[in-house]
Amino acid sequence: MQVTVKLFANFRNNRFNKEVRTIAPDITVGAIVTELAIAREEVGVILINGRHGSLDQTLVEGDTLSLFPLIGGG
Amino acid sequence: MADKIYRVNMNDLTSTIEDVSEAWAGLGGRGLTSTIVAAEVPPTCHPLGKHNKLVFAPGLLTGTIAANSGRLSVGAKSPLSGTIKESNSGGTAAQFFARLGIKALIVEGKPSKDVLYCLHVKKDGVDISEVADLKGKGNFDTINTILAKQEEKKAVISIGPAGEMKMPTANISIKDPEGKIRSAGRGGLGAVMGSKNVKCITIDAAESSTVQIHDPDAFKAAAKVFAKALMDHPVSGQGLPTYGTAVLVNIINEAGALPTKNFTSGQFEGAEKISGETMLELMEVRGGKNRHGCHPGCVIRCSQVYNDANKEYKTSGFEYESIWAMGADCCVDNLDQIAEADMLMDDIGIDSIEIPVAIGVGMEGGLLPFGDGPGILKLLKDEIGKGTPLGRLLGSGAGAVGKAYGVTRVPVVKNQAIPAYDPRAVKGMGITYATTTMGADHTAGYAVTANILNVGGSVDPLKKEGQVELSRNLQIATAAVDTAGLCIFVAFAALDVPEAFAAIVDMLNARFGLSLTGDDVVGLGKAILKTEHEFNLAAGFTNKDDRLPEFFSEEPLPPHNVVWDFTGEEIDAFWDF
Repeated sequence: MQVTVKLFANFRNNRFNKEVRTIAPDITVGAIVTELAIAREEVGVILINGRHGSLDQTLVEGDTLSLFPLIGGG
Repeated sequence: MADKIYRVNMNDLTSTIEDVSEAWAGLGGRGLTSTIVAAEVPPTCHPLGKHNKLVFAPGLLTGTIAANSGRLSVGAKSPLSGTIKESNSGGTAAQFFARLGIKALIVEGKPSKDVLYCLHVKKDGVDISEVADLKGKGNFDTINTILAKQEEKKAVISIGPAGEMKMPTANISIKDPEGKIRSAGRGGLGAVMGSKNVKCITIDAAESSTVQIHDPDAFKAAAKVFAKALMDHPVSGQGLPTYGTAVLVNIINEAGALPTKNFTSGQFEGAEKISGETMLELMEVRGGKNRHGCHPGCVIRCSQVYNDANKEYKTSGFEYESIWAMGADCCVDNLDQIAEADMLMDDIGIDSIEIPVAIGVGMEGGLLPFGDGPGILKLLKDEIGKGTPLGRLLGSGAGAVGKAYGVTRVPVVKNQAIPAYDPRAVKGMGITYATTTMGADHTAGYAVTANILNVGGSVDPLKKEGQVELSRNLQIATAAVDTAGLCIFVAFAALDVPEAFAAIVDMLNARFGLSLTGDDVVGLGKAILKTEHEFNLAAGFTNKDDRLPEFFSEEPLPPHNVVWDFTGEEIDAFWDF
């Protein structure tokens, strides 16, 4: 199935900004993070379709996964 | 020598130096400005009349080696909101005040003569001189003129034409180490300064000394722990120095909480083009610079030098909220136009959140089409900067523009524009906007931390549970941080790392020979909020003013299609402490 993965801040370095990826069903967010060679402890915020998610959550066809390191401002 | 209070009376152009009363001794920054305003300003007075007072105070830790401790609080009754107001800023002035042993500078009264003055603050008092040549000058020209005249190193505080014209959104500018500007931006404090005919304040460093520390070794040890905690935390050590505060554009947009097109959507199509990531790419190509500090001793350095396409300097201190306001809220996806506007607003001396929000409201009323960046620049230069009737209307803020154009979607609380986080989709911020003593102000209790950023815990931004408590705890902590003179961005580490919070308490104790506990610091924050709240109640505000505009309850915000659903009673529970 296909999902859209978006990366932000330094996660983009040597990777991509946005990519449509084909993944196996039942694959977790954590597995995608590992596939992208991002250390799990570096993941600050996970948004799935704009809502907060977790590393053990699985995705469904058409989902948008956004991954951020810990960031702040304001 | 013990710190003193310097008081300038603009009625007769005299100044005095006073001992600090016991009640004020343990206060600095916002705690002191709010306490002085509450004690000496009649709550019902006209903000631009002779009874209002403008108070400047460095924080309790300002002037020391403590990282990020160089914030200056400015307080008065606000001409925009009518509430008590504290706005704080970086720049070099706070450290100069602290090193001269000045705990606060109070400017009161109103001169009878229609001429502008400069207050020159030095160890033995304040010289008051006429500065007719600075009339009508922008902040950059004002600062350069002052610096060109004088050989010694000086801190400069000034107002631009907006302050001279007493626009209720005029800000106060404070020179940074490189001669650029930081701003005490919100609530129209520049108009209060203008109402007293004070164009600028210069602070002499010649006779300054280091601030006295009761236990220097303990202070050094705590300061080291504190600086390390800031640099080790990913937000203050990596994200902010690299991308600046604009790193928030994308995450707030992805979370569906980026107010767009005058608060009609939570996502902006052009978000990527105005993001921190894009800004960094442009700075790399154009020779700009990130990791720029607003005051000496800042280890976070979230500011930057942003150059235009010709690699010429355009602006610095280019903040997320300003970028959001002209960007998403007015639908302008051109970062260079926003940078130009940022520079113009610094020069005119006007709030870069309030003004674009006001223009966004005007756009809905037909003032300009959404997305018209050049049109906005023209309004800033030819209308607001020149004080035309339209310029004065826009300079009166989002509430005034909404009335003039018959718009019902007017995002203000206590007449101050709501900034860059939609309260429907970041509900903790909604509680802060509703309840803060300042009018809608994101810095008063930054619930985005736990709501969106997973800092200091996690509270679902789309649900009501836990938001009142979150906002309350943050507002209390913020009042204490603002009193210490620390940058609010130390909170990212202080919320996550217990040693960082403990180090702040240790530094306060070592500086003054105290034995405060964490609970005492929390108690201080609570006392400050209550002092401010009582001022507002005495000024005529009630719990009915602690509400968001009705459209937030009635118009679902895409993409999550959420509304503001707190009852009045639930909001009022904020004050149960």
